[in-house]
Amino acid sequence: MKNVKKDLLHPPLSGSRWHHIWSGFVGDKLAVLALLIFIFYCLVSFLAPLLAPFDINDPAFIDLINSEIAPSWISQDYRFLLGTDAQGRDLLSVILYGTRLSLTIGLCAVAIQATLGICIGLIAGYLGGRIDNFLMRCADIQLSFSNMMVAIVFLAIFQSIFGIAMYQQLAMVILILVIGLSEWPLFARTVRASVLAEKHQEYVDAARVMGISSKRIMFRHILPNTLSPILVIFTVQIANAIVAEAALSFLGLGMPVTEPSLGSLISDGFTYMFSGSWWICVIPSTTLIILILAMNMLGDWLRDHLNPKVYKD
Amino acid sequence: MNQPLIQINNLEKAFATKDSWFKQWRFQNGKFRHYKDNIHALNGVNLTIYKGETLCVVGETGCGKSTLARTIMGLTTPTSGEIHYLDQRIDHLNNKQRMLFRRQMQMVFQNPYASLNPRMTIYQTLNEPIAFHSPQLTRTEIDEKIDALLESVGISASSSDRYPHEFSGGQRQRISLARALSVEPDFIVADEPLSALDVSVQAQVLNLMMDKQEERNLSYLFITHDLAVVEHFATRVAVMYLGRICELAPTDDLFSRPKHPYTRALLSATPRLDSNATQPIKLIGEVPTPIEKPIGCVFQARCPYANQRCYSESPNMLLQSDSSSVACHAVEEERI
Amino acid sequence: MNLLSVSHLHVSFQIKKQELAALIDVSFTLNRGERIAIVGESGAGKSILGFSIVNLISKPGFIKSGSVKLEKKEITKMNLRQLQEVRGKRIAMIFQDPMMTLNPVITIGDQLVETIRSHTKITYKDARNIAIKKLQHVQISSPEKRFDQYPHELSGGMRQRVIIASVLLLNPDIIIADEPTTALDVTIQAEILQLLLSICHDNGVALILISHDLGVVSKVAERTLVMYAGRIVEEGPTLEIINDPQHPYTQGLLNALPQMTLPGQRLNQIQGSMPSLTERPTGCAFHPRCPYATEKCQQEQPNFIHSGVSSVSCFLVEDMVKEFSNQDLEINE
Repeated sequence: MKNVKKDLLHPPLSGSRWHHIWSGFVGDKLAVLALLIFIFYCLVSFLAPLLAPFDINDPAFIDLINSEIAPSWISQDYRFLLGTDAQGRDLLSVILYGTRLSLTIGLCAVAIQATLGICIGLIAGYLGGRIDNFLMRCADIQLSFSNMMVAIVFLAIFQSIFGIAMYQQLAMVILILVIGLSEWPLFARTVRASVLAEKHQEYVDAARVMGISSKRIMFRHILPNTLSPILVIFTVQIANAIVAEAALSFLGLGMPVTEPSLGSLISDGFTYMFSGSWWICVIPSTTLIILILAMNMLGDWLRDHLNPKVYKD
Repeated sequence: MNQPLIQINNLEKAFATKDSWFKQWRFQNGKFRHYKDNIHALNGVNLTIYKGETLCVVGETGCGKSTLARTIMGLTTPTSGEIHYLDQRIDHLNNKQRMLFRRQMQMVFQNPYASLNPRMTIYQTLNEPIAFHSPQLTRTEIDEKIDALLESVGISASSSDRYPHEFSGGQRQRISLARALSVEPDFIVADEPLSALDVSVQAQVLNLMMDKQEERNLSYLFITHDLAVVEHFATRVAVMYLGRICELAPTDDLFSRPKHPYTRALLSATPRLDSNATQPIKLIGEVPTPIEKPIGCVFQARCPYANQRCYSESPNMLLQSDSSSVACHAVEEERI
Repeated sequence: MNLLSVSHLHVSFQIKKQELAALIDVSFTLNRGERIAIVGESGAGKSILGFSIVNLISKPGFIKSGSVKLEKKEITKMNLRQLQEVRGKRIAMIFQDPMMTLNPVITIGDQLVETIRSHTKITYKDARNIAIKKLQHVQISSPEKRFDQYPHELSGGMRQRVIIASVLLLNPDIIIADEPTTALDVTIQAEILQLLLSICHDNGVALILISHDLGVVSKVAERTLVMYAGRIVEEGPTLEIINDPQHPYTQGLLNALPQMTLPGQRLNQIQGSMPSLTERPTGCAFHPRCPYATEKCQQEQPNFIHSGVSSVSCFLVEDMVKEFSNQDLEINE
């Protein structure tokens, strides 16, 4: 391969990559806003027990006398800032805990997806041959199933076999597993594509000539160079996982009523939409939408700015 | 006399073309047969590299010089043939068995932009081989070694925590050389290390390689297409065409009395600055891809002196009176 | 009258808040049928100069000042439609990598025909015949067969010939060739250069050859411009520059070639490396690497003066020329 001599049409940038990404980031106001929103959500959900005006686990929390009170700016009832839902639960507290649940499920599920997908993608891409074929066919099979359908079937079967009580105890873990194990092909394919490109680079040859083991080459040499597309997918997938959990909860297959996530709140509140208590559905929905929007914007920005062409010669 | 460091016997390497499974079956003589198209990169290479010498391999695209380098270094396994390092056979060893030889044989690559991991600092790049091959050294000893190594290739030790993209092409190539030297090898394969560099930078890197050779008594297998560099640097030259060596001679002999028709064409085509420029010998056709296993001389399609024997019989390397070897029927029959 | 006249051309890049000068005060002329070469290393600005001539510099680069005149017309001030008349038809460009110029999903024949038919109204059949004739002209064997092939089915040398054919279809006055043979094998390179030479000779086409290879340049160009860090540092007849270089950079460049040292000896290297756009030294850009640098070189930029048949931008040469002309005056008096 003859190397093209670089005549300066685009002068190289000095300074480290991360410095450049950071300065580009700070310059893009929308991206900063998206990140701030995300951090805000994380903080708030982490500190939910401290911030919520009511303790969600307190039996006195559910008090039907307080049901369906409008948000404070309408009903002038300042005990409940955002109103209450049909069971008398303070919407603000419930949303705080709900966001916490949704974020936890989202982050954990994507962590599982990413770990599984990256490992499989690395192995398939680097080793190639039959292993690659086999793993990619597994991915194809996984992709051909509709994730929602699989999740619904699995959760329904689990509920009917082990009963509702057991299900409610394990709901979060199962949801994380179900969502986590369904989307690994996306990570696997992306990583595999990057690995196929990086595998033929000369620094990999240099490492092989040095006698470095395949495992170390995969994880220490190639993986860091495939991080850019993974980061982009990561943020978007968190958003998708949260939405998936919300959809499942909406269908009644997600979190139980006692531990509401944003999805179950929306689901429960939906029936009250047209009978006047719009806030039970609309406020949690808005919360969810803003979170997803912020994550998607971050993902978009990352995709535009982590383009390796800018930083690799 | 020098002892042979590397001995290559009848090395062959064929790559299977990645035709789809469908295309591999063809209908012939009333039956389906399974064919596999191969690209024959190396077609019987015989070579000996002596300790302390610089053997340059020249040739054009498709001649197999890169494949030769990669096969010697163990990056691909040969289809047939043998490679010996100091009397030990190394071509069929697996990664574990090869470890001993990894220290002694190292490689420098063509592309300075791709041969250093962009996500590792220079320190990390140099640390890895040293820590890997000399686990008994302490952290301080390794640090000192890295600093000394960087200084010896003309890179200031204080910049060891920078990333490759902060260095120029020439500097990167010097760092690659430092990496190769970090395990103290006896033999270095350099696959077109100067091609991607500017002229003035080429001089710097070439000087560095020459200095290191003197310092450490290195042997080089230097692959290049730049005949000026060859004339300056090489002890012996091997000219390759389509996976075979056409001519192997000491540098002076090759440049003053080229014998093989391909060598002559190559030398005449190189633009030189001196005014006594000869008219380049025109070769018919283009450089072909070695898909079919060649019968007869590999150069037959473009050779102006090819005869019937050249089409059917492959010439052997014959020692000439002035210690050069040529594989050519026309030279043997004294038709040229 | 000169065919092409570039005077005091300045091209800069706007990176964030900084303006970086890529070309500084570049001036040269080109006559009809003349062949010149622009020589320099990576980062010298030779490709940028090539692109500036046809105003192909895109953001963040821009032409700061200066003029590029094709006969009497000013290229830097043309709008897109006028530029389209100039590009291809009067000034054509050949790039280093033929795959960059050839569309991989269209057969080469169709690409040639498209070029012809977009500028003249003729039938496909006639255009095909013209294209095949041109392919023959550039010494492509069996042109009818090649007509229907895709770029990836041809070798590098063939593709470059196809590019040359497509460039010739419009009968340009000037061909700018940006390192046309760097990616090709030595034997093919020789043929392509020979082809370029004969075409320029037969059709009276002027050639601007951009290259880093002095050997290639010596075979093709009558005059050579040597560039360093965005400026032309030396200009003159090619043979003169090769045999008697005046500027210390040109001298260093030629001395660094392996041919100039005895085999086995250390090569004469120029210490340091070409400064990048952000690190231009004050005064003469070459002074940190120049063995003859004085304090004046650090502070002031030398003028471009005549020295014999060449022009050089160097205080050392300027002083020598002054001394000789003073001596001449003394003798004459």
